[in-house]
Amino acid sequence: MEKRDFHVVADTGIHARPATLLVQTASKFNSDVNLEYKGKSVNLKSIMGVMSLGVGQGADVTISAEGADEADAINAIEETMKKEGLSE
Amino acid sequence: MTKLRGIAASDGIATAKAYMLVQPDLSFSKSTISDSEKEINRLHNALQASTSDLETIRKIAAESLGEEEAQVFDAHMMILADPEFTGAIEGKINDDKVNAEQALKEVADLFVATFEAMTDNAYMQERAADIKDVTKRVLSHLLGVTLPNPALIDEEVIVIAHDLTPSDTAQLNGKFVKAFVTDIGGRTSHSAIMARSLEIPAIVGTEKITTSVKAGESLIVDGINGDVIIAPTDVEIAEYDRKAQAFADQKAEWEKLKNENSVTKDGKTFTVAANIGTPKDLNGVIDNGSEAIGLYRTEFLYMDSSELPSEDDQFEAYKTVLEGMAGKPVVVRTMDIGGDKKLPYLPLPEEMNPFLGYRAIRISLDRDDIFRTQLRALLRASNYGKLRIMFPMIATVAEFRQAKGILEEEKAKLIADGQTVSDDLQVGMMVEIPASAVLADQFAKEVDFFSIGTNDLIQYTMAADRMNERVSYLYQPYNPAILRLIKNVIDASHREGKWTGMCGEAAGDSIMVPLLVGMGLDEFSMSATSVLRVRSLMKRLDTTQLSDLVDTAVNVNTSNEENQHLVEDFMQNL
Repeated sequence: MEKRDFHVVADTGIHARPATLLVQTASKFNSDVNLEYKGKSVNLKSIMGVMSLGVGQGADVTISAEGADEADAINAIEETMKKEGLSE
Repeated sequence: MTKLRGIAASDGIATAKAYMLVQPDLSFSKSTISDSEKEINRLHNALQASTSDLETIRKIAAESLGEEEAQVFDAHMMILADPEFTGAIEGKINDDKVNAEQALKEVADLFVATFEAMTDNAYMQERAADIKDVTKRVLSHLLGVTLPNPALIDEEVIVIAHDLTPSDTAQLNGKFVKAFVTDIGGRTSHSAIMARSLEIPAIVGTEKITTSVKAGESLIVDGINGDVIIAPTDVEIAEYDRKAQAFADQKAEWEKLKNENSVTKDGKTFTVAANIGTPKDLNGVIDNGSEAIGLYRTEFLYMDSSELPSEDDQFEAYKTVLEGMAGKPVVVRTMDIGGDKKLPYLPLPEEMNPFLGYRAIRISLDRDDIFRTQLRALLRASNYGKLRIMFPMIATVAEFRQAKGILEEEKAKLIADGQTVSDDLQVGMMVEIPASAVLADQFAKEVDFFSIGTNDLIQYTMAADRMNERVSYLYQPYNPAILRLIKNVIDASHREGKWTGMCGEAAGDSIMVPLLVGMGLDEFSMSATSVLRVRSLMKRLDTTQLSDLVDTAVNVNTSNEENQHLVEDFMQNL
């Protein structure tokens, strides 16, 4: 399993457009991808799951991927996080 | 044939087939199933059919309405593809042995409740609406009924609806929609304003059009008189063709006045201006030869957005309008939210009397962070044209001073930051509260101009809710009490060398125009489509004959009806 921590810097947190892009990125891979925040974990391929966490600015989240393409998945997600200005 | 009568909300005559923009019956009952695999198959088929609907709708919407309007359908498709959503429904079918309809409803309700509970987050609340929309679509496929898909209309139709919401009209293609007819609403409801900006006929408030017409039935809509003819005979079609021709001839006659000034028979000049809601309305303003924009309702910037519009977004909108008007005056009204206008991301407490409550300038002065953003955007845009800023719902001189003080502060800050602000900038107020109409002489010393908002002035003066049909008889624009207040405002402004406009429906009303010209109202602002009609009416008036008319209406007659007849008789004898 690949795991990575992110500190959310975007002032809108993870919702709206960035959430959509994260879900789209995660959905490209076969691995199970999860987003963990405040002890709750959701499927990162689920738009409603991601948004229901209400991840705001300054939040610390952990994203994990498990499966054959887990390394690629986590790298692609990190790239999206940075490109969208979600984390540094 | 059958004839139905409603309120004529936008003029013109149209003949086409009825398109029912009416929700079908989506009720179902919960049942226990034995073959869950078969039920999950039904669910998948419905999900697939829904996705394929949405792909088509999205494609057409993007072509006819633009990419931005089409994006809502992307959100819908993401929900359909959400593994947590579909997985939970399948789980319920497997575990609880319920039918797909019931499983869908229970899961959707759960998500909707979660998102709706996030009351501090407008974006999430909108997603709740998306989930409801998508659920309806899947349910319709499970039940084998057809949802109306207004974005897919590809032939000329007359849209029949109980009411039309902004999201309904956003999906309509102006090319194919020839007219609207609705059950409810009045001349100032969203559907009516939309029809006038699309320049198509509309009849609202028919009470029963949705139950009187069947899909595909042929209809004539007479938006001049407010008549709908259902299944007309050939004779009637011919009769209305003549009427439509006469209307077109009349319009062509008015069209000749497009580049002329608005001048009376005896050579007095007035300004005939248009009301707009968004920069998109500019074409109509220019096509109809308006001499100014007398009311730019900025609340649409707030209502069409999922969060407070930024200073830059507002600046762009104001700049577009000012540049589009090429040096002609533009009166911008600061945010008028509250009353019947709500923002999903700025929850306001429920009030007993929202029209008498926390709205317009009262919110702006309380939430001056929102107000300052708007004022800065306006001040920056002032460099691109002739800007007039107007504050709505001013009741006291102190409120006006406070609002103007905030404007001055922001102006000073901008200048200190090295930005420029136009010297040709006026600051005025709406007169819609009787208190400010009565004290107009005192306000006139403080403002650069007044603009009278008749809809609210009438409802507050008569103490009659304009949304309440039971007291609609008290909506009396020609009541001497109203006319006296209007005259008082105009006279007070002129004594101080200031000007007065009117931006309510009354400014384009053929009974009011002779009275207002007689009182010396300076600017008449109305739906763009009324501009040429009013200019043509003004050409027939001689101001030297109007002072007696005004005197009788204000001081002698005692009722709305008497004044209406007075003006009608006067016009007939011209």
